[in-house]
Amino acid sequence: MHESPAVRGRGLRKSFGDVVALDGVDLDVTAGQVHGLVGPNGAGKTTLLGLLLGLAVADGGELEILGTPVGRTLAVPDGVAGFVDGPGLYPSLTARQNLSALAALRGYDAGRAAAVDDALEQVGLTDVADDRIRGFSLGMRQRLGLAAALLTRPRLLVLDEPANGLDPAGKHHVHRVITGLAADGTAVVLSSHRMDDLAVLCSEVTVLATGRVVFSGPVSKLAAESGELDYRLLTSDTAAARRVALDTPGLRVPPGPARDRRPDADVLVVRGAVPAIEDLVVRLVRAEVAVRELAPVVAPLEAAFLALTGTGPTEEEDGS
Amino acid sequence: MTETITPPPVEARPAPVLRGYRFELVKLLSQWRIRVLLLACWLAPAGFVAAVSLQSALPADTVFGRWMHATGWAGSLVVLDFSRSWALPLLTALVAGDVFAAEDRLGTWRHLLVAVRSPRRIFVTKALAGLTVLLLLVAGLAGSSIAGGLAAVGDRPLVGLDGHLLAPGDAAGTVLLAWACVLAPTLAFAAIGLLGSVALGRSTMGLLLPALLAFTLQLAQLLPLPVAVRLALPSHAFLAWRGLFTGPAQTGPLLIGLVVSLTWAVVATASAYHLFLRRDFTDLTYEGSGRRLLVAGALPLTALVVLTFAVVTGTTSAGGSGIERTKVEGSLATAYAHLYRMQTRELHRPDVTEAQLRATAACDKGGSRVSDEGPGNDWRCVVSWHLPGATAVGTAIYQLDVTADGRYVADGDGPKEVNGFFQVRTPTGDAPNPLWQFDGNVDLLSRVSKD
Repeated sequence: MHESPAVRGRGLRKSFGDVVALDGVDLDVTAGQVHGLVGPNGAGKTTLLGLLLGLAVADGGELEILGTPVGRTLAVPDGVAGFVDGPGLYPSLTARQNLSALAALRGYDAGRAAAVDDALEQVGLTDVADDRIRGFSLGMRQRLGLAAALLTRPRLLVLDEPANGLDPAGKHHVHRVITGLAADGTAVVLSSHRMDDLAVLCSEVTVLATGRVVFSGPVSKLAAESGELDYRLLTSDTAAARRVALDTPGLRVPPGPARDRRPDADVLVVRGAVPAIEDLVVRLVRAEVAVRELAPVVAPLEAAFLALTGTGPTEEEDGS
Repeated sequence: MTETITPPPVEARPAPVLRGYRFELVKLLSQWRIRVLLLACWLAPAGFVAAVSLQSALPADTVFGRWMHATGWAGSLVVLDFSRSWALPLLTALVAGDVFAAEDRLGTWRHLLVAVRSPRRIFVTKALAGLTVLLLLVAGLAGSSIAGGLAAVGDRPLVGLDGHLLAPGDAAGTVLLAWACVLAPTLAFAAIGLLGSVALGRSTMGLLLPALLAFTLQLAQLLPLPVAVRLALPSHAFLAWRGLFTGPAQTGPLLIGLVVSLTWAVVATASAYHLFLRRDFTDLTYEGSGRRLLVAGALPLTALVVLTFAVVTGTTSAGGSGIERTKVEGSLATAYAHLYRMQTRELHRPDVTEAQLRATAACDKGGSRVSDEGPGNDWRCVVSWHLPGATAVGTAIYQLDVTADGRYVADGDGPKEVNGFFQVRTPTGDAPNPLWQFDGNVDLLSRVSKD
């Protein structure tokens, strides 16, 4: 059984004057999928999210949302909700008034109050439902924005940096809501600069750079794009571990004077691909060197992102 | 076998206009600034009129100000005259000038577009909500000032701008009609506010545009402009309501003023709508465009002024300043006759009619070297009248200060027992001699055959 895509974009182009924001972008998002959109500032993420929300129309290409072709006028089918550049909320109204007004605009009559209460409860804002949002923190506004999107029972949810400004508990709350929606069949497209969030939430990601897609596919495949990574290695015998690492094929121990000045000078940094790292662990165990900690210095997803978008540190900055 | 699940294509359903309108109204009314304005408009005029009506010194420089002791209806007209100068342009700036810019300031355009799904409906609902609040504010000014006047002075006859008495019922109707008439130019400036708000985004200029334009036009109205130019400006209807208080009413300038104002309202709103539908809402830093305002707003409105000027010139007798010697003489003689009857009653003398008085006036402006036309404070008139049974002809001299909009103040210059300052007994207490100083209004469009 094939599910029709919630989003199907082909060759999407959009320019603002001389600035090319999107240059032949393809995008496929299926129902129930959480799809991450990443890229450096100015890569075209917001423009692409704006197209999905019907805030702008593409100059070229084809876009289908929830099976409906999007034309050349500002319009988007029912079932799409979300926000870009932060949720748009009215500070002189309470949280409940903001949501009630939105529900009314969407034509919800029966059970509107219950739906508003339910949305507020889902994002953990029941206690402040009747407070004017003028005094809300950024995180609370983000959660209220998510509640506004939930209220419309979307089949496609578009979120721009939904975890922005959230504390760990709030982030956990939001993640739970998003995964719950996806489990119920809602397609979610979200942008984030937090690669750890994407790793937790997304099954697929699209990486944009200067308006073009430089990667699109499963998160696991993106991680594999990272190639060689630096790993922090903490052992019971640093000197022995260094010798073993230098003897391990495919592994290097980059000289790092800057690193040696760190308080954790006992930490060894090794560079290599995943198989070489696995080989190192085996060799350390054989040499009776206990491994206390082994972790990538930069997360694989982040490393892949930096490599793909050309925004990674230079060799000089790297110190190697 | 594979199965393709295709969700039914669902058309985008814009939010119903009524719900959008209600939401816009809630947003406006939740702003403290709007609440303060509403409170001020519904309370302050009543307090002002009641307080001033009980003072010994009246605002005689404002039209109808000198009659605030005599009737409760005069206070509302004083507030109306003050409002058309200051309050209404500021109110249109604060309400209509901000109704779109507020979304720019809050960064809520995208949210609103996603929720409403129709820029057209957003425009319509915002314009309607702004209009509703403006109407509430104007209704407050009118209702409050009338209530304050009636409570402080009472429901008494009102002296019109040609000296004739309007019975309380007629005064009520005419005062309400006058307030209704200023709604037209208010709408015109509100539309300018919408245009500025749409074209200039969060820029302060967008907010100030209607007020700046109103004050600029107000200054222009002080100049001796040709009457056809004066009538082509949207602010003329802010003054033309005065013509309702003469008998017969000076309907020509008023009707032209109303049509011009409403046309401005339509053109400016259409320009704002045109700009709004072409706006890029993905640009969060939108600061508006002066060039767009010029092309889509200023040029059509300037063309409208030129067109109106041509139409007024071609279809009416409008010429020069509209203030001519024969018109001034006719207006002054009529007002004098009406006020003479009033003075006669207040001095408990035998009544005479205006027809019996056969009052005439002979005016001169600035001596023999100056043409007898146009505004100025150098008009000097001699009024003559007849009393039944007397062969002698009475005469009285007046100095007139005629302003470019046709309003004049006649100041008695003797003989002092006729038009000097002395107190007369009126139903509301002692009051200055009605022939001492009075207001009048020249019909800028009327045809009067020259001698």
